[in-house]
Amino acid sequence: MADDPQSRFEIVAREDFSDATYLLEVRHPLMARAARPGQFVIVMSHEHGERIPLTIADYDREEGTITLVIQAVGKSTREMQQTCTVGTHLYGMVGPMGMPSPLGKAKKVLCVGGGLGVAPIYPQMKGFKEAGAYVIAVIGFRTKSLVFWQEKFEACCDELILCTDDGSAGVEGRVTTGMELAIAKHPDIDECVAIGPPIMMKGAAEVTRPHGIKTMVSLNPVMIDGTGMCGGCRVKVGDTVKFACVDGPDFDGHKVDFDDLMARLGRFSSQEKAAMKRWSDECRMAKPVSPAGGKE
Amino acid sequence: MARKKTIRTIPQERTPVSEQDPKERVTNFEEVSHRYSQEDALLESDRCLMCPEQPCVAGCPVGINIPGFIQKINDKDYRGAYDVITATNLLPAICGRVCPQETQCEGVCTVGDTLEPVAIGRLERFVGDMAINAGWANVPYIEPVPFRIGIVGAGPAGMACAADMAKAGCEVTVYEAFHQSGGVLRYGIPEFRLPNPVIDAEMGNLEKLGVTFECNTLVGRLFSIEQMIDELGFHAVFIGTGAGYPSMLGVPGDSLNGVLSANELLTRCNLMHAREFPNYDTPMPPARRVAVVGAGNTAMDAMRVCLRLGAEEVYCVYRRSRIEAPARAEEVHHAEEEGVRFKWLTNPVEVLGDDEGGVRAMRCVRMELGEPDDSGRRRPVPVAGSEHDIEVDLVVVAIGTNANPIIGQTSKLALNKWGYIEADEHLATSMPGVFAGGDIVTGAATVIEAMGAGRKAARSMKHYLGIRDVDAPYFVDGADTLFGIDLRERNFVRVRVPA
Ligand SMILES: Cc1cc2nc3c(=O)[nH]c(=O)nc-3n(C[C@H](O)[C@H](O)[C@H](O)COP(=O)(O)OP(=O)(O)OC[C@H]3O[C@@H](n4cnc5c(N)ncnc54)[C@H](O)[C@@H]3O)c2cc1C
Ligand SMILES: Cc1cc2nc3c(=O)[nH]c(=O)nc-3n(C[C@H](O)[C@H](O)[C@H](O)COP(=O)(O)OP(=O)(O)OC[C@H]3O[C@@H](n4cnc5c(N)ncnc54)[C@H](O)[C@@H]3O)c2cc1C
Ligand code: SF4
Ligand code: SF4
Ligand code: FES
Repeated sequence: MADDPQSRFEIVAREDFSDATYLLEVRHPLMARAARPGQFVIVMSHEHGERIPLTIADYDREEGTITLVIQAVGKSTREMQQTCTVGTHLYGMVGPMGMPSPLGKAKKVLCVGGGLGVAPIYPQMKGFKEAGAYVIAVIGFRTKSLVFWQEKFEACCDELILCTDDGSAGVEGRVTTGMELAIAKHPDIDECVAIGPPIMMKGAAEVTRPHGIKTMVSLNPVMIDGTGMCGGCRVKVGDTVKFACVDGPDFDGHKVDFDDLMARLGRFSSQEKAAMKRWSDECRMAKPVSPAGGKE
Repeated sequence: MARKKTIRTIPQERTPVSEQDPKERVTNFEEVSHRYSQEDALLESDRCLMCPEQPCVAGCPVGINIPGFIQKINDKDYRGAYDVITATNLLPAICGRVCPQETQCEGVCTVGDTLEPVAIGRLERFVGDMAINAGWANVPYIEPVPFRIGIVGAGPAGMACAADMAKAGCEVTVYEAFHQSGGVLRYGIPEFRLPNPVIDAEMGNLEKLGVTFECNTLVGRLFSIEQMIDELGFHAVFIGTGAGYPSMLGVPGDSLNGVLSANELLTRCNLMHAREFPNYDTPMPPARRVAVVGAGNTAMDAMRVCLRLGAEEVYCVYRRSRIEAPARAEEVHHAEEEGVRFKWLTNPVEVLGDDEGGVRAMRCVRMELGEPDDSGRRRPVPVAGSEHDIEVDLVVVAIGTNANPIIGQTSKLALNKWGYIEADEHLATSMPGVFAGGDIVTGAATVIEAMGAGRKAARSMKHYLGIRDVDAPYFVDGADTLFGIDLRERNFVRVRVPA
């Protein structure tokens, strides 16, 4: 209709961190002005695409751009990895969605990001820093070759603890190991924010629970509209049911029912696998014909 | 003029409309009801008594001149009929299809006292479809006025308001959160009841009036209502964001993977085309045996979608009885024909899971009707010891919606105690220049009521802006040039001198 997809949501920069993780910078001046730490967008890469939620990993108000860091896990994110080159356009991008993170009056904050949570923790960390807090960041990767944004973090936080599962860079161990170290050194940490896979956030919440440190986590249930209309993103927090897209996505990690979240994340796994398989079979067959950029 | 008609001289039988055979139609998403042919329409138009008191007009939420347009049909002046309808209702092809006529216009039709009422909805659809096929559009003479209007939400309420403000000469921009416009018409009501080309055609008419659509725009988050007035330069704003926020069952097992809202199911199927997975990327939950809780239009649509997606058994579980079911009568009838199994006076108490986090069955109790409640309907009460399990693998919840919280969260607008936007009888909100209507003010209602609200808000907006309501005469198929100047180029259309 009036929306001309060719004139909007242009991809102006791209960077590949590893063979599975890539960064896209998308032009959207209004959104760059409105975005706040903790918010996300919903992207449709093409007309037949899925609506996929992605955290706003950074924004540049001057340049009018939004930064997304994406991990290729299934059909949509892998397809985007192939088609989203500089100069192409996304079919749709709506946001910023969700409640901005409450960047309270904490004086000393622990910001924890694991795997695909490393990028989304960045704006929150920056937010805390700008609000005058002392910020200790813990970021975790599986191995050295997957590490990204280390300098970007160092430039922004007061202390950085890098963890890798195999010890190939920084501290050996998961982010929970890094968190223990940080808490041992700074018993006066008054708030923690943890973003990453549900199992990691669950672990992080267990680390801080005995210390009574308030811990916020950012939940990532399956979403469709992102406007509170479908209830697909509902999560259990304490005794209540919340819709992560409008009531969150940040919630008190000590109250979240992570097992429920993890079970619900598997809702469509058989269809997702089928889609992935079908798509990669197709790609294999189509490979020699059209390289990057050609999307319909 | 013919002799005055009486109830005895008119055709006694309501002209039937052909429908796709139930067995055939549950295998496709094509429209269920076909439209009247010209002969059908002429025959049916003969059944209208042209009552002087016109009770039907009062029964229509926007007060269409019903005998007026039926007379035009009877005169074979179909274009004239279209003009009469569109003087009040912009979307005849839609309303003719989805209005609950039995409780609105047809419910009070005089003929209905003795015989079946005049099929007003079918006649309206006949005219609406004819207009789409012929490409008619009523583009009035529009004299630009220097006002900019922002509309939030491209559902029926927003569209109706947009149309009226555009006709008044304002520059109108409609913001929609989804990537396509239409609201519930698009994401909720399935194509077998309301095909997408019909929505597109009626939207196209809005664009002809000069309305701009901005999809992918979540108002409240991208910019607030306050910013629309203070920074984006809108002189007035209309909010028509619909209800949304579905209620879930609130019983144990509610968060199992096989439990979802009807809104989710329908959005996946309609807006995201999940029924064409994997050609489209959005998946649909597998459904062999389905229980849909509720008996409104949303529930009926969900059930009939499940049947078309190949479910073997679909149950409708409703705690009251059939007469209390809020759906359009025709939808209940169609669902029944298509093989939905109704469990009236039944209420879920628990959803039972299987080993993999999915659904195995739904535990229900039987209900009986007790004393009337506040709504005047008899209150259902559980029958002791009547627990029983219905074996299903999908539970779809269609028991109503609450107010969408986004605008409330992001503006200072006053809300009522249920979270709906507070608006006075002129649909003005607590913020000057900001009006609201449709489901976000009244809670879930009907398409035509939402449109009526959009138009009412437009009237108030015009008063607020000091625009005088003039009855702009319509341009009817004629020359586009005046002294050799192409008028369309300048966005002016020649005015036909009213007869
Ligand atoms: C608020 C929020 C923020 C997110 N931020 C990021 C981010 O910054 N970077 C990033 O790489 N990923 C992020 N995700 C996850 C991302 O949306 C999913 O990885 C993506 O949708 C997977 O799509 P796919 O087709 O590639 O994979 P699929 O094979 O379809 O799915 C892989 C897994 O992703 C999850 N998933 C699938 N569909 C959705 C959906 N519609 N919504 C949410 N999860 C889904 C499921 O758990 C599924 O098992 C975020 C999710 C949410 C809810
Ligand atoms: C499945 C179903 C079947 C129905 N069947 C019938 C029927 O047969 N007959 C009948 O008369 N009625 C029916 N109804 C009811 C009818 O559709 C609604 O009453 C009507 O659509 C309400 O119109 P609205 O304009 O207020 O809101 P909606 O149609 O809900 O439109 C609101 C629009 O606003 C958008 N929006 C929301 N928030 C924002 C935001 N912050 N920024 C930008 N955009 C936003 C939404 O995406 C949506 O497109 C049905 C409803 C459903 C759900
Ligand atoms: S708009 Fe609806 S209520 Fe009004 S006349 Fe048409 S069908 Fe009847
Ligand atoms: S009430 Fe029925 S018969 Fe009378 S004018 Fe209206 S449609 Fe015709
Ligand atoms: S994604 Fe639909 S309600 Fe949150």
